[in-house]
Amino acid sequence: MIDVKKALNLEVDRVYAKIKKDADVGGYHLNPDVQFAKDLVLGLLINEKRYGYWACPCRLASGIKNEDVDMICPCDYRDADLIEHEACYCALYVSSKIGAGKEAAEAIPDRRPPKEAREEAKKKNKRVRRLPSLPVWHCKVCGYLCAREQPPEICPICKAGKERFEVFA
Amino acid sequence: MNIIHVEGENKGKIMIYALSTCIWCRKTKQLLKDKKVAFDYCDVDLEEGADKEAAQKDIKKWNPSISFPTLVINNKEAVLGYQPEEIKEKLGL
Ligand code: SF4
Repeated sequence: MIDVKKALNLEVDRVYAKIKKDADVGGYHLNPDVQFAKDLVLGLLINEKRYGYWACPCRLASGIKNEDVDMICPCDYRDADLIEHEACYCALYVSSKIGAGKEAAEAIPDRRPPKEAREEAKKKNKRVRRLPSLPVWHCKVCGYLCAREQPPEICPICKAGKERFEVFA
Repeated sequence: MNIIHVEGENKGKIMIYALSTCIWCRKTKQLLKDKKVAFDYCDVDLEEGADKEAAQKDIKKWNPSISFPTLVINNKEAVLGYQPEEIKEKLGL
């Protein structure tokens, strides 16, 4: 007989190891509380089975992928929350400080706008082609470019620190 | 709507709107269980169709951005998110 629980645990371990490796390579950090992180991975796997995509475990999915793309893990809000709050909304991803176990992650407010505001923003985006709304950051070490509010904590390509970034004119 | 009751000491009518996969919802439920407080909860992600809509409408009254957990006390006030200190204070724990 197949032990379903054991198989599921193995799958959680496998996915956890994969996102941990990706996080390390990309300059991100998973919550150092391994059980906490694995519980969230289980949530992602449940949502994958339920909806067909990795809907954020701490947000209500609509079940319609098109409406939920912004909250497919890693969500559009992760990096901004890492900078402002040292953790993503679920605290699966955390800053280097929390990653090193110096502080524990806490619950933070949800940055995802309510449905009406999201739909409004989508409509606006369709109507006008806007000028870039975000500054472009330049890693002076390896030349990596990214458009976002703040530079990443660590360059995902060469691992240089945030202080090595400048705004690209 | 599937509302589940957890036995414990009566500290008023406590309703938690939660998600079954959400870690902060789990912590909120666990806090009340540890304190042996009676409460009701609904895992909104497990609801479907009209019930899922109705649950969201209820939450919206307290929390326009419909985030989880939303803990409603005596149909009078709500605590949004896992806020252990605020919950303990409001329930007198
Ligand atoms: S809040 Fe964290 S766990 Fe949730 S989708 Fe965003 S990155 Fe993933």
